[in-house]
Amino acid sequence: MIPSVHVLEYHLVNYRRTWRASVFSSLVLPLLTMLGFGLGVGGFVTGGVDGVSYLEWMVPGLIASTAAQVAVAEATWPVMSCFTWVKTYFAQAAAPLRIGDILGGHLAFMLFRVAVSAAAFLLVAFGFGALRSGWAVAVLPISLLLGAALVAPVAAYTASVSSDSYLAILMRFAVLPMSLFSGVFFPVDSLPTVLRWVAWALPLWHGVDLSRAATLGLDPGPGAVWQVLYLLAWAVGGWFLASWRYRRRLVI
Amino acid sequence: MNSLIHARGLIKRFGDFTAVDGIDVDVRPGEAFGFLGPNGAGKSSTMRMIGCVSPPSGGVLRILGMDPRRDGPAIRARLGVCPQLDNLDPELTVLENLVTYARFFGIPRRVARARAAELLDFVQLGERAGSRVEPLSGGMKRRLTIARAMVNEPDLVLLDEPTTGLDPQARHLVWERLFRLKQQGVTLVLTTHYMDEAEQLCDRLVVMDGGRIVAEGSPRELIGAHSTREVVELRFPTDDQGTYAGKLEGIGERVEVLPDRVLLYVADGDGALAEVHRRSLSPSSSLVRRSSLEDVFLRLTGRTLVD
Repeated sequence: MIPSVHVLEYHLVNYRRTWRASVFSSLVLPLLTMLGFGLGVGGFVTGGVDGVSYLEWMVPGLIASTAAQVAVAEATWPVMSCFTWVKTYFAQAAAPLRIGDILGGHLAFMLFRVAVSAAAFLLVAFGFGALRSGWAVAVLPISLLLGAALVAPVAAYTASVSSDSYLAILMRFAVLPMSLFSGVFFPVDSLPTVLRWVAWALPLWHGVDLSRAATLGLDPGPGAVWQVLYLLAWAVGGWFLASWRYRRRLVI
Repeated sequence: MNSLIHARGLIKRFGDFTAVDGIDVDVRPGEAFGFLGPNGAGKSSTMRMIGCVSPPSGGVLRILGMDPRRDGPAIRARLGVCPQLDNLDPELTVLENLVTYARFFGIPRRVARARAAELLDFVQLGERAGSRVEPLSGGMKRRLTIARAMVNEPDLVLLDEPTTGLDPQARHLVWERLFRLKQQGVTLVLTTHYMDEAEQLCDRLVVMDGGRIVAEGSPRELIGAHSTREVVELRFPTDDQGTYAGKLEGIGERVEVLPDRVLLYVADGDGALAEVHRRSLSPSSSLVRRSSLEDVFLRLTGRTLVD
């Protein structure tokens, strides 16, 4: 779909205004998080986790969690702006673009943002010596897959709500719990069964688990295939949901 | 069929509400065509169907000989759209707005830049090419939106209330630019509820009310068919202008009583005013003017306020 490349291009032109600040914070944020959690909290977790230091154990979770945060952030307020405040989508819909081009181009930009953030974090983690295996580069495609599993359904949600207070609700009641219970800071095994099922149902834990196997150089086992398929299912299902919601808003 | 827009029995429904109720329209190449009507008359719904972002609920619609239901992108590639509310990107520069938009039409970047520069000169924004859009005035933004609508060298330009909300200077500048486009042979389709705008720009127009077309023709023809040549406006020193209605009977074709004045629709305004004085009626003020499209509009769509 070439037209969606032009839509991506538009979002990149827009991003060019703020890319320095954006890349800078993509580097500083992981730096602070690593210092605070990895060294600070890690100092208390003297025994390490699953046989590795707390920092090494936690870094892949943080990268996946950051990818998820960026994905959700890009699929909420900016999408609302494109519908409601700046009305970018309506301008695009008047051009010879199809709904799929408009949606596809914007989702591609969101994934670009996810990739930049994950790469920056990976770089900082490498600087800290927190990556135990060359397989760590696999964290990038994993982050993209996790990003895809989130941007599409979240964009669908944003396209369906009438005001940005619903976005705050999403943050508080879905994204925050997901970040807490997806094995980023502690293993999900220590959660009660009900919460463990919540972690398994949401996309983030799968991203965390796959990333962790990659940076620690562990064999992810045959379950990894199912995890990849599960994330793909979120992405594909989200794409169809978002296409439907976008069409409802743009073709009236 | 060489109509750029061809509609027969065109219908748009939203649930139980019928916004456009079976209209027939033909727009020919090179003409400036207007949709007039009060709020809620169905103008914007019609424009969205023509712009291929809103599928018709019934009837026939052909744009540039194609079917919007099937050929939406191909049609939109040859349309220029200036929406009612500006949807420019406020964070991008004036130039970037045009270039990024041109890319949606698959126009190569180099061509897009050259064309954008030309268009900015045309809408007198050449000096602002590098400034962000956000601080621009309403008139400048509207001119930029018009420039954006021209970026693909369209066969047909759709303008939804192009001067609503602009101050008089800005309106006149927009009119002048649109008139230039018309002279260059660009086909314009616009909606408006400003009668002076319709008289200035439109070769032909339809008046819509309640989703239907209630009149059609050139501004001259419409005035000829639905009003008189002149109108005499009289104000009487009383709370109830209606008491004079009977006494004015027979002067001209029609007497209309408003809360604050009485209108006489006549062929000869001065003659009618002389007759008023001959009947020893003494209005506190009187005005003889030519009949305008506004008189036609109010006659056809009523004086009731539509919000």
